[in-house]
Amino acid sequence: MRPFIYTPTSTVSAATQKLKANPHAKYLAGGTNLLDLMKEDVEKPTELVDITRLVLTEVKAITTGVNKGGITIGALGKNTDTANHPLIRQNFPLLTQSILAGASAQIRNMASNGGNLNQRTRCPYFYETSMPCNKREPGSGCGALEGINRMHAIFGWSQACVAVHPSDMCVALAALDAVVKVQGADGKERSIPFTDYHRLPGDTPQKDNTLNPGELITSIEIPINNFANTSYYLKVRDRASYAFALISVAAGVELEGTRIKQAKIALGGVAHKPWRALEAEKFLIGKEATEANFKQAAELEMKSAKPLEHNEFKIELGKRAITRALMQAMTGGKA
Amino acid sequence: MEKAFIKKVQIGDAMDRVDARLKVSGAARYAAEYTLKSVVYGVLVTSTIAKGSIKEMDTRAAEKAPGVLAIINHKNAPKVPGHQAGTDNEGSRVYGQEFRLFYDNKIYHNDQPIALAIASTPEQAEHAASLIKVHYAQEKHQTNSKANTSNAITPARGKDYSRGTAYAFKNAPVNLELEYGTPIQVHNPMEPHATTAVWEGATKVTVYNKTQATKLSQQEIMKAFDLKEENVQAISPFVGGAFGSSSRVWPQEMAAIMGAKVTGKPVKVALKRDQVFNMVGYRPRSIQKIGIGATAEGILTGITHEAFTSTSQYEQFTERIVDPTKTLYNCPNLNTAYKLIPLDMSTPCWTRGPGETSGSFALESAMDELAYALNIDPLALRLKNYAPSDPEKNLPWSSNYLKECYQMGADRFGWNKRTPTPGSMRKDEWQVGMGMAAGIYKSERDAASAIATVLANGSVVVQSAVADVGPGSATIFTQIAADVLAMDVKQVTFEWGNSKLPKAPGQFGSHTTASVGSAIYEVCTLLKKKLQELAITMPNSELARAQQNDLVVEEGTVGLKNKQIQLSYADILKSHALPQVQVSTESKGGGPEQEKYSGKSFCANFVEVRVHSLTGEVRVNRVVSAVDCGRVVNKKTATSQVYGSITWGIGIALMEEAKLDHRYGRHLNNDLAEYHVPTCADVPPIEVLFVDKPDPVIDPMGAKGIGEIPLVGFSAAIANAVYHATGKRIRELPITPDKLL
Repeated sequence: MRPFIYTPTSTVSAATQKLKANPHAKYLAGGTNLLDLMKEDVEKPTELVDITRLVLTEVKAITTGVNKGGITIGALGKNTDTANHPLIRQNFPLLTQSILAGASAQIRNMASNGGNLNQRTRCPYFYETSMPCNKREPGSGCGALEGINRMHAIFGWSQACVAVHPSDMCVALAALDAVVKVQGADGKERSIPFTDYHRLPGDTPQKDNTLNPGELITSIEIPINNFANTSYYLKVRDRASYAFALISVAAGVELEGTRIKQAKIALGGVAHKPWRALEAEKFLIGKEATEANFKQAAELEMKSAKPLEHNEFKIELGKRAITRALMQAMTGGKA
Repeated sequence: MEKAFIKKVQIGDAMDRVDARLKVSGAARYAAEYTLKSVVYGVLVTSTIAKGSIKEMDTRAAEKAPGVLAIINHKNAPKVPGHQAGTDNEGSRVYGQEFRLFYDNKIYHNDQPIALAIASTPEQAEHAASLIKVHYAQEKHQTNSKANTSNAITPARGKDYSRGTAYAFKNAPVNLELEYGTPIQVHNPMEPHATTAVWEGATKVTVYNKTQATKLSQQEIMKAFDLKEENVQAISPFVGGAFGSSSRVWPQEMAAIMGAKVTGKPVKVALKRDQVFNMVGYRPRSIQKIGIGATAEGILTGITHEAFTSTSQYEQFTERIVDPTKTLYNCPNLNTAYKLIPLDMSTPCWTRGPGETSGSFALESAMDELAYALNIDPLALRLKNYAPSDPEKNLPWSSNYLKECYQMGADRFGWNKRTPTPGSMRKDEWQVGMGMAAGIYKSERDAASAIATVLANGSVVVQSAVADVGPGSATIFTQIAADVLAMDVKQVTFEWGNSKLPKAPGQFGSHTTASVGSAIYEVCTLLKKKLQELAITMPNSELARAQQNDLVVEEGTVGLKNKQIQLSYADILKSHALPQVQVSTESKGGGPEQEKYSGKSFCANFVEVRVHSLTGEVRVNRVVSAVDCGRVVNKKTATSQVYGSITWGIGIALMEEAKLDHRYGRHLNNDLAEYHVPTCADVPPIEVLFVDKPDPVIDPMGAKGIGEIPLVGFSAAIANAVYHATGKRIRELPITPDKLL
């Protein structure tokens, strides 16, 4: 643990200015991941800019414009409050289920929505400072590539990094076509489609997302959908609670009669970012919502998976999990 | 004042814990919570290689950091006389050379403590520790048990066992040869290990530590620092779980004592969670081969159990891994062999059911596999091979209600509803399976001392150095004293957890109740007699003409059976003008009477699991645990002991595994997010059934051990249930979803 400066702020512009002034500063929201990483000497900010007093906690319906009927979620809303908000429970039960599948009640009570997006991988090589990790120490190598990689990626990994994004909430947000609203020190706002927010590791695994330096997430918008009653978040894990996903699936199925108009499927625990199952989604358009079709969609999606030494099981598990999540969605997956 | 006397507490009552309020209100102080005047803080720096030596340690930046008082390492540490004395294989509990903190520049394992940073605040010490730079001369290490079985050694303190014909299973009409494995499991008590040490002058030291044995702590510190018994005190009344990991003196105690010596101030050293993985012991990895053979009717004719466990390069840690196999069944031909695999790891340590837990996974899985090979019900197979006496020692059991455990457990569980074919029971998407296993664990009594004092107000104080690491020993000892002295339990105070109190054995091996409970039973019986004498001899006693045999103690009084005369303890002391009356006793351990018998606890566990047919996730639906632990002294605390064992057993079966990256010889999942123990959601309703019949031999309460027996065989019961659910036999724990796809 290193000494650092603590700087409370009360406005978005003040906070972003602080980050602009000190490139080694970090925003502090719930702190559930950042403080752990500081204790482990993985994150070494020289300054923590406390943003918890910023008024960015509201959950509200969007009543005008193209996103009418959708919802906007404040970046500093707590995970627990977000999951239990009546509008979200009613219209976006997939989000509720995914949040409640993550971490523990205590952590969810502290964790912010923006922080959930920005939490870092739980790859043990990232945490273990005596071992190599390109994400922590660019150029040092990837400890997991030929190490213990049972929990690691099967899609989109590179020689530089095989880590996975740990969030459950983000898997649902990816399936829900959410949009991340951010603001920079220049006061400009940007909207980033959720699937573009996190990135694949490539040669620069130290970058988890496409935020520019100092940019702050202010809110997350979710457009309305027609699958609130036919969605499901499935998380397969080593114990019943407080465990990261071996594989998770966020699935929403929009029907037209008995046929599938569109399906939204995202996978967790398989890649450096929440993984949209586009192959499966494409296949399902216009198909009957049957187990056989779900299975075939799952097979198609997992075809491009590339396992590591210890995680080959994720391919078969992925097929089964996608099928099961879709089946569960069809039985009406209210949270 | 209304009469304070409520109900007499008896042995067997489900009394609430005497320290419950202290614990739930935060008033109970644990080792890291003694904030002595002018205390300073020490943080241990640990090695990042598994084998080699320290070439250079640069402590300059750390020494200059704010608040730093001292940086201690092998170059400047105070000399520890016991470390110079060489290996003591006569007096030590583990064979070999114990780890010597800051002794030289050698690295024996990863995460080995190599320096202590001492500063005025914990944060400053932590920061200083992070500034220490170490350069190593690294050597090739070995941490993989499986890859090193060919380097296994026969332990100096362990011998092979054989009765009848060795390897007889091979000639049996039905026989199996099977291999099982269990990973490293870490005790992970909720309270990490911590010590505060303070010197008075150069010859007297007090440690507030986390220990299961204050007297052993005291003796080990005396030996290390060459101090007199009266000058070493270990204080540890509250321990937040230990499970064997606090049965030795470890680096944090040594570091605090050395740090206090160097700084002249009290020094507090608390381990971080990752440091408890490879510094204060763990359950070693096991690799086990079982050969088992029977007649077509299911009568066992031969068992061979060969086991390997890992140890360090400097000590030979052995455990009782093949012991259940020797005694659980009536098998005429049986042989066991046990070898150790020395690795570049710290020494393992006793871990709840040390040996029995891993060994019984193999034995009780093999029994299930045999039952299927024979097409016999697994419970029927066990009943057929019930051992009417101890087949290893050729002695009668002191008591054995294993058959009652089978019966009670099977009835309550509904074992007869089980359809034997694997995969035949299903509910929706889940495959349902039922499994069972038996357990056996030694039940012994060791020597222990106690003092009982009745004070002028009639209240009683009972004392013993014994620890209470969570099972509720302080409660049941209060209860035993109140029962023998026929007093309101509120008038009895039990003092424990301090080495200056009368000698008690360590709280391990499930023998605290039998050992210390006997001492307390005896000392309170002596006090009762003393009070009866004093009642007769007091001036103008109404009982002056009574014989001691006529007298009874009731409600804190000595009196006649017809209750016509009752003299309170306070009045008896008052009329003798005595401020207090004190008696002490030294209770013997197993005497000649005990040696004529074999003392064991028994259990039968029944488990129902469900396995998701698509994802392979295993969830435990319900558990029935039937236990013969002799007479139950306190049903509440005894039941909690079973809950604890079963909960850990679920962890061992389904999730616990300390993972090392052997390239680095270092733990990877060394925190409680990644090293999985059961959460509340993983633990189903557990039904606990006690036979509750007194053992006539071991101790006057009729109690046998309870702390470990329910865990013995339990992980096999789950594996057997998983097999029944899926038809998949998992022989390498833990049973994670990927193994069942």
